[in-house]
Amino acid sequence: MADAPVLETRNLEAFYGAVMALRGVSIEVPHGKIVTILGANGAGKTTLLKTISGVLDPEKGQILLEGEQIQGMDPDAIVRRGIAHVPEGREVFPFLNVEENLRMGAYTRSDNEVEDDLEMVYSYFPILKERINQAAGFLSGGQQQMLAIGRGLMARPKILLLDEPSLGLSPLLVQEIFGIIKRLNSEQGVTMMLVEQNAKVALKAAHFGYVMEIGRIVMAGKCEELLASEDIQEFYLGVSGESQRTQKRWKRKKTWR
Amino acid sequence: MEVVQLLLGGIASGCIYGLIALGFVLIYKATESVNFAQGDMMMLGAFITLQLTNTDYWNLPFWAAVPLAIAIMAVIGYGLEALVIRKLFGQPQFAVVILTIAIGFVLRFIAGFIWGHQPQSLETPFTGINLRFSGLVIGLDEVFVIGVTLVLTLGLYLFFAKTKLGIAMQAASQNQLAAYYMGVPVKLINGIIWAMAGGIAAVAGVMFAARGAIDPSMGLLGIKAFAAAVIGGFGSLPGALIGGLIIGIIEPFAARYGAPGYSQIAPYALMLLVLVLRPNGLFSQVQSKKV
Repeated sequence: MADAPVLETRNLEAFYGAVMALRGVSIEVPHGKIVTILGANGAGKTTLLKTISGVLDPEKGQILLEGEQIQGMDPDAIVRRGIAHVPEGREVFPFLNVEENLRMGAYTRSDNEVEDDLEMVYSYFPILKERINQAAGFLSGGQQQMLAIGRGLMARPKILLLDEPSLGLSPLLVQEIFGIIKRLNSEQGVTMMLVEQNAKVALKAAHFGYVMEIGRIVMAGKCEELLASEDIQEFYLGVSGESQRTQKRWKRKKTWR
Repeated sequence: MEVVQLLLGGIASGCIYGLIALGFVLIYKATESVNFAQGDMMMLGAFITLQLTNTDYWNLPFWAAVPLAIAIMAVIGYGLEALVIRKLFGQPQFAVVILTIAIGFVLRFIAGFIWGHQPQSLETPFTGINLRFSGLVIGLDEVFVIGVTLVLTLGLYLFFAKTKLGIAMQAASQNQLAAYYMGVPVKLINGIIWAMAGGIAAVAGVMFAARGAIDPSMGLLGIKAFAAAVIGGFGSLPGALIGGLIIGIIEPFAARYGAPGYSQIAPYALMLLVLVLRPNGLFSQVQSKKV
């Protein structure tokens, strides 16, 4: 089925200890698209990714990868089925060199096209090729992020989960990384799910967007629509409405409350 | 000539300390907790070999008994991880440490129950054979110990640096969560690490037994090996071996040239000195995470 979503969650509920972190999340990621999940700290975005990649087990609900249920499986089984996770904060292996890090990304693969993919990653991130023998812990933050994304790609996943690739990077580097993310999507056809706090960059890179607040999806739509929405402008993009007094007289309420 | 003689003996016992320390470090790197039963696993390995090969027991040929004992210890190591240690996953490391101390006591008791507390000696093909070079006397057992350690070290180095599984083990020890994300079966890998530690303990046990009598309390030697691991920088495999060698060499020299009792204190005094001057050990891998 060509139009079935690559990844779908249905009424996903998950707990962090006693805290209900996901309160019934349903999303869809269509083939070949970038879908972004926006939200503030503690909205449950990272929890959602961790639940999908199997590090956390959901309490209720379903996760479907190409129509097949995968919730509650072990993380290595889920990676084998084609979900690669680029974790928040990069989490490279600090004492392994760049190439070993990338090869770890292909740990679950045993085909002989790993070398081709290695070259593909180096073509998108030429700086990594220059540092091929350097320990990952000595790379700069931006290079580590590139390494983490490259490592995710090495699994040749059906879907790449990206958790806050802009975290701790300078605006210029964020532009560069998102430029590469967009190119990877259009040239290699990598389906991605992108979790971001930086709503502006994320909405410009992605095709569809969901907005999460305290464990729920409160808004969904195409990125152009979301960019144009007044709520998003006010609360996530920081565009303040203009008025005659150059100052607002009332505090806007979110329409979904 | 006397110095060379002492040095050789020191290197040989240093190799044994180094191998036990290697077991400490392997498990520490993989699971972030210290296995204080490592010395007792060595003792068990030695007794299993003794059971298999001594004429009073099963009388198997030595070269068949050793691989068999290594395999048995590997299974025991894997079993300990899978059945006992893994149950404490997510508990404070402190709990695991206490548990391993308890496992040590249990192993000591079981060994005493089966083999008794009288010192026994392992029959090896090279007991009592000495090689002489112009006034220098080298026991064949010392040659055996040093040779085996070299081969084992080289093998472990190649395994960790070149094989996919070895690199995955390094990765899992450096960042367990990220290893999970890459699809590395971390639990299985921890089990394999314990199996390797068990096998290495068996080798160390055989080497120790080749040089003297064994009894169930010989596992307390593990404390000295622990000092070796600390000196080398807990978490560094070459560091563990070199730490073991340093302690092995310092002991006979302290015994020969120092006052009585110095040789018992020397390893720990050295450990204190290293902790004061280089708190992370001589060969540590320490790095703070970038944000």
